[in-house]
Amino acid sequence: MYTFSSKLKTFSFILMAIGILGIGYGFLNAPKDIQEVETLLAAESHDGHGAEHHEETKVADEAHGTISHDNAEVAHHDAEHTEHLNHVLHQLQNKPWAALYVACIFFMLIAMGTLAFYAIQIVAQAGWSPVLFRVMQAITAYLPVGSAIFFIFLILCGLHFNHLFIWLDPEVVAHDELIANKVGYLNFPFWILRAAIFLAGWNLYRFYTAKYCVAQDGANDNSFYKKNFKITAGFLVFFIVSESIMSWDWIMSVDPHWFSTLFGWYVFASFFVSGITTIALVTVYLKSKGFLEYVNTSHIHDLAKFMFGISIFWTYLWFSQFMLVWYANIPEEITYFITRIQLYNLPFFGAIVMNFVFPLLILLNTDFKRLSWVIVMAGVVILAGHYIDFFNMIMPGTVGDRWFIGVSEISSVLFFLGLFIFTVFTALSKNPLLPKRNPFIEESKHFHY
Amino acid sequence: MSNKVIYAIYNDDDILMDAVKKTRAAHHHIEEVFTPFPVHGLDKAMGLAPTRLAICSFIYGCIGISFATWMMNFVMIQDWPQDIGGKPSFSYIENMPAFVPIMFEMTVFFAAHLMVITFYMRSRLWPFKEAENPDVRTTDDHFLMEVAVNGNEEELVSFFQGTGAVEVKIIEKH
Repeated sequence: MYTFSSKLKTFSFILMAIGILGIGYGFLNAPKDIQEVETLLAAESHDGHGAEHHEETKVADEAHGTISHDNAEVAHHDAEHTEHLNHVLHQLQNKPWAALYVACIFFMLIAMGTLAFYAIQIVAQAGWSPVLFRVMQAITAYLPVGSAIFFIFLILCGLHFNHLFIWLDPEVVAHDELIANKVGYLNFPFWILRAAIFLAGWNLYRFYTAKYCVAQDGANDNSFYKKNFKITAGFLVFFIVSESIMSWDWIMSVDPHWFSTLFGWYVFASFFVSGITTIALVTVYLKSKGFLEYVNTSHIHDLAKFMFGISIFWTYLWFSQFMLVWYANIPEEITYFITRIQLYNLPFFGAIVMNFVFPLLILLNTDFKRLSWVIVMAGVVILAGHYIDFFNMIMPGTVGDRWFIGVSEISSVLFFLGLFIFTVFTALSKNPLLPKRNPFIEESKHFHY
Repeated sequence: MSNKVIYAIYNDDDILMDAVKKTRAAHHHIEEVFTPFPVHGLDKAMGLAPTRLAICSFIYGCIGISFATWMMNFVMIQDWPQDIGGKPSFSYIENMPAFVPIMFEMTVFFAAHLMVITFYMRSRLWPFKEAENPDVRTTDDHFLMEVAVNGNEEELVSFFQGTGAVEVKIIEKH
């Protein structure tokens, strides 16, 4: 049995407290009306970036002046200016919301990635991983908490507390033919219903699989094991369908003018590798505290191989998506990447370095895959890299060029990290860390590679 | 100087593994072990050094990606930078996504093929190579351990018979 160390508990509470303070600060600091934005932009024009912008408008003014002096032109320019202010206002108001959204979906999907990995281990009848099942179950214990917060967030979006999903705004839809054509799919009742079904399905599976796994410990036969096997196979079918739709609903619809066919797989690879990395990190932590008697370096080695392999799989999908769009260069598709390359250059390409180049070079070596410190270092970089990946997916469509990894973003991550640590380690202390009557447990205990 | 060797023949891989461990413990030098299939853990029991083939392969892969990069930079950017369907050929990085499939394939090609050739060379395998099989049964169902004879022959023979060998022979090697 694991006992939740009081140090870690305090640490998670501190993270949550700092997170909440920071999130609150982010919301209070967001501008409330156009006047505030105007003063903000005026203040900005004192530094280099703003000055440039100012000059541009000056040049534009002069150009307007030489062409015509009539009042309609001036009025038009004024209207444009207010429109610009409105645009910036929406982006700035979105910023704390988007920061919260990225962290919220990222941590929830880490739990989902772990759940998918766990389900695959069960149906594949893997002989090495049963000693890690309780660790995986504990990580997925974040799912009910995370998905409840996430669902509330989606409802708040639907109640127009923010402008994260522009298609939720009837004003926008009325003037946008492209979105109007998608209203059959992108409408709030259907969207929230889909979210409810997916979250309920995932949580139900998680509840029953954990229940059967614990029930198998005290059983006299393998009936719970078989039941678990069957529901797991069913879950994987449900998961791959719901995962694909989920990625369109919660991530791709942030940019409702853009679509990509392999997006679902790309998102999957991103949170799948994050889930595996989290399993590895929690395992290494518990092993270092002496709680996982039967976990040896071969188990760690296998997890590291998965981290390595799925990192490369993620890169493959990232590149396939990027290269196909870049090569064909069709205007309605390429804008997605133009925004990212021009405004998000460092995060966009930095994600490749963190999620591909670094794991490729560090986790290639067999001996390195057995060293705890290498796993922890690679794991932290991979997790940070995939946070950036989700950041790249959400931010350009919500805050545009107003992005910054500042107080809102960091404290949102800290809050959910604290909540994640608290839920996961509380769940770890509820059940014994070694499943007893799993048919593959003996093999798993003696696993070596 | 005698160039006699002992051929100790076994018909089970578990017995072979035990015999190898005992022989190593008795400080007899194992020249070679012939088996019909890979015996898991035999290299460790014999104390063989781990292979460095993977390191070679990594280096070959690096050569492959360098070659692909150099080749396409020279052909597409330096030598004749044409406008082909509007693809930017002003610098390598601008047109890089189009080169990645080739860079990837060349890396794999070099890593795989040069590693295989290295393996053939290091293990001295080539067509028309004369087989070095001491006993035809070792390709089917018998295991053979070859040990150099130093000192008392009788003692050695009885030692290997004690390890569960089904046959122990002393052979004059040329």
